[in-house]
Amino acid sequence: MTLVHVTDLVKDYGLRTGLRRTRLRAVDHVSFDLIPGRTVALVGESGSGKSTIAKILTRMEKPTSGRVDVRLDDGTPVHGSLYQRQVQMVFQDPFASLNPFHSIEHHIARPLRIHQRTRTAAETHARVLEMLERVNLTPAETIAPRRPHELSGGQRQRVAIARALAPGAQVLIADEPVSMLDVSIRLGVLNLMGRLQREDRLAVLYITHDLATARHFSDEILVLYRGRIVERGPSDAVILDPHHDYTKLLASSAPDPERLDRITAAVTVDRDAIDNSVCYDHRTSRWVEAGVPSVTAAGMPAG
Amino acid sequence: MNTTLLNDDTPATGRPRADAVLTVENLTVVYEADTPVTAVRDASLTLHRGEVLGLAGESGCGKTTLAYAINRLHRPPARIASGRVTFHDGGGDDVDVLALTDAELRAFRWEKLSMVFQGAMNALNPVTTVRAQLRDTLVAHRPGLSRAKVRERSEEVLRRVGVDPRRLGSYPHELSGGMRQRVMIAMAMLLQPQVMILDEPTTALDVVVQREILSEIMRLRDELNFAVIFITHDLPLLLEISDRIAVMLAGEIVELGAADLLYRRAQHPYTRKLLGSFPSLSGARGAFIRSGVDETALTDGAIEERA
Amino acid sequence: MTNLTPASAPTVADAADTLIQPTGSTGRPARSGWRMLLPSMTPWLAIGLTLVVGITLFGILAVYVVGDPKQIRDQGLTPPSAQFLLGTTQTGQDVLAQLAYATRGSLQIGVLVGILATVLSAFFGIYGAYRGGILDEAFSLLSNVFLVIPGLPLVIVISGFVPRESRGVWTIVVVLALTSWAASARVLRAQTLSVRNRDYVAASKVAGEKPWRVIAVEILPNLLPVLASQFVFAIIAAVLGEAGLAFIGLGASNSATLGTMLFYAQNGYALSLGAWWWFVPPGLIIALFGMGLSLVNFSIDETINPKLKNLRLYRRRARRTARMERQLARRGAGATGTPATRSTVSEAPPR
Repeated sequence: MTLVHVTDLVKDYGLRTGLRRTRLRAVDHVSFDLIPGRTVALVGESGSGKSTIAKILTRMEKPTSGRVDVRLDDGTPVHGSLYQRQVQMVFQDPFASLNPFHSIEHHIARPLRIHQRTRTAAETHARVLEMLERVNLTPAETIAPRRPHELSGGQRQRVAIARALAPGAQVLIADEPVSMLDVSIRLGVLNLMGRLQREDRLAVLYITHDLATARHFSDEILVLYRGRIVERGPSDAVILDPHHDYTKLLASSAPDPERLDRITAAVTVDRDAIDNSVCYDHRTSRWVEAGVPSVTAAGMPAG
Repeated sequence: MNTTLLNDDTPATGRPRADAVLTVENLTVVYEADTPVTAVRDASLTLHRGEVLGLAGESGCGKTTLAYAINRLHRPPARIASGRVTFHDGGGDDVDVLALTDAELRAFRWEKLSMVFQGAMNALNPVTTVRAQLRDTLVAHRPGLSRAKVRERSEEVLRRVGVDPRRLGSYPHELSGGMRQRVMIAMAMLLQPQVMILDEPTTALDVVVQREILSEIMRLRDELNFAVIFITHDLPLLLEISDRIAVMLAGEIVELGAADLLYRRAQHPYTRKLLGSFPSLSGARGAFIRSGVDETALTDGAIEERA
Repeated sequence: MTNLTPASAPTVADAADTLIQPTGSTGRPARSGWRMLLPSMTPWLAIGLTLVVGITLFGILAVYVVGDPKQIRDQGLTPPSAQFLLGTTQTGQDVLAQLAYATRGSLQIGVLVGILATVLSAFFGIYGAYRGGILDEAFSLLSNVFLVIPGLPLVIVISGFVPRESRGVWTIVVVLALTSWAASARVLRAQTLSVRNRDYVAASKVAGEKPWRVIAVEILPNLLPVLASQFVFAIIAAVLGEAGLAFIGLGASNSATLGTMLFYAQNGYALSLGAWWWFVPPGLIIALFGMGLSLVNFSIDETINPKLKNLRLYRRRARRTARMERQLARRGAGATGTPATRSTVSEAPPR
């Protein structure tokens, strides 16, 4: 059981254009919590800062300011290699996230060895097979020695999930885990993640641009627009009853055959005019200022 | 061939059958590898004037190969093993596309039938302006067109796809992805083709931009009455924009029918499975992911092994 | 929302590529990563390997068979005969014996320089690029500086600077290695920068791999074909470079190489005396060795870029496909008897 408190996360990138240095704020005072057994979806377009948040959470990037506080159930803060054991990530592209040179077994065995989950080679091998079976890759005995290019996209993503869980992760960051997969296997992979989450009581951050899967896969949705959270709340509330202009635009743009109104007029919305300085919080049912450091520690913005 | 035809004889648009603009009969495309692979098997479809025909399917199902073969853009080792592609020109003549010589084919493409590829926005030449690229296409097909006419036409097509004509002087890298894709669509309609094939034209774009471009295409279709073959794996999108939908599986068109009929009364199990793969945005479908109760009994093993 | 889905819509070219790959790989046992790196056997590779292995064996083994290469006889400048298979030099030394020792000397220098230059380029190219930041900048600057220094003149200056008595094999090796690693380092840096940003490297970092393990286990194997190609190329360059140095009299003082042989042949007026057996064999060995290694190098290039491997196969299939398609078109045209078709098409503007 591991809790993650993200408080006032800010990430600036320096851009050099000629001699001038400009600053690009990719993430602007973002706060949220990840709780065991619950899924938080981070929804937004490309460039909205959602992948940057994933990189900060997995310590591939350092935040400019703000804190990522990870604690065990008993309140012990998590640091160092324990952090790496607790917080793991599933990448978007299953064709790029597995090393073409190494076997499937290597990918799952390494995290086990690094974090001393297993001691002997035989134990490692047994555990690898066990992990493969957990992600429905059977017969594990024949999958393990294969190389990534011999597997389909869905199978590779299962391997990636097994690798993420191998060190005993309690927090799973899934960065668009199914957007590169064939449509008919997407739900299967999400379903698998859902099952593993229930079994291990994982805290999951689901990063996506797909509102439909975000709604069904997650408990809470955060809508990110240009680095700021502009709407947050229970997933059904955010999707079915959007308040912020940007969420409305997203929801109306996503194809939905059940709406049965066909595309007729052009949606012409000046997206630069959309205000990302306010955020609608469905839990308190009120507008708060987005991108302003919160004063309360619990992650609830001061309203 | 066991295509399930839903109501195909009376098209949803109510247009008479004689109004076909493109007929594909029993088209088979084979990849000549060590063991030849049939990428498209015995595909038949009729495209009517002003109609949007959706072509749905997953990776490797042959939908792109079919589109390439229709205007003979397929490259060896792919070859058309049998079948016929007939283009019914607006003037009343029939063109046997597979019998065209290379020169005739060059004139036929863009002029009668144009195509926008997946990731076409990266197909713009980065070192010349949008103006020069539009001009080159125009001049190649309409030699002797005056300079003023060329400029006039270029500005017109850009305006049509919702790009400011002042952008003519821009280089591709100065435009956003959505803008570049619009320019590609403008280019495809430069010569007023009667058929446009759009192969995943918006897959790389944000949903909002995708929606803008799609509504633009639909508006243009209503204005100019060209026919569209729209290829994508995104079935909900197709359900919204197309009149009829063809579903491809392993090189075969397994189901072809009016969009709303296909949505409500899909006959082929694969179509139903594909439909079930998309959780509904506003409806309840897909709720099993969270609850863990899989009422649609989706098993992804079978299809995945095939892929 | 960049969900470019290469998975769900392969291009025709992609499909063609995958079809060329051996299918049904599930039935066979998995190939090991190492075997995947080996180039597939082609006639060119066979010729290259034969030349390289043959010359190497000659260099290693022949020295135990031939006599003393330094022994001076009074039969100067005899053409090849049964007694001296490759004739003798001006001072009556056995050319074959000299050739054997010279080949061994040249190979030694070539391999030593190859190893040293590859290690240098790997360190400066891979490590710098992996660490990034100021270290990368510094290493990059260093290799750029070495790149713009004209190699041969520097080699000549350094070799000339070191007094002849202390100019041993190692001096030559170090000098050659120092002037030849920079270009490879730049290539490796570019490759590493691209590999470093792949997701699997990020994934292994997230999993907690130590930096040296990330480099050695995750990145390096994917650079091995490049490294091998550069190693082979470094050997060619070193053998040629040493021959050049020795030829102008700046070679190692205490060693016999193909270059020194040519140097003595030149000094002995072999060319003007018509003693072809004196200078042709060493020249030929250098040329054939270089050619053999180059052929091996081409094959390694094919593993780096599989497109090269498929090119010939691809062309052959393309021709056959085009032929079959033409036949179909002819049949189709005959069946419809297309006056209408022709007339429509002739309306198209001439091009």
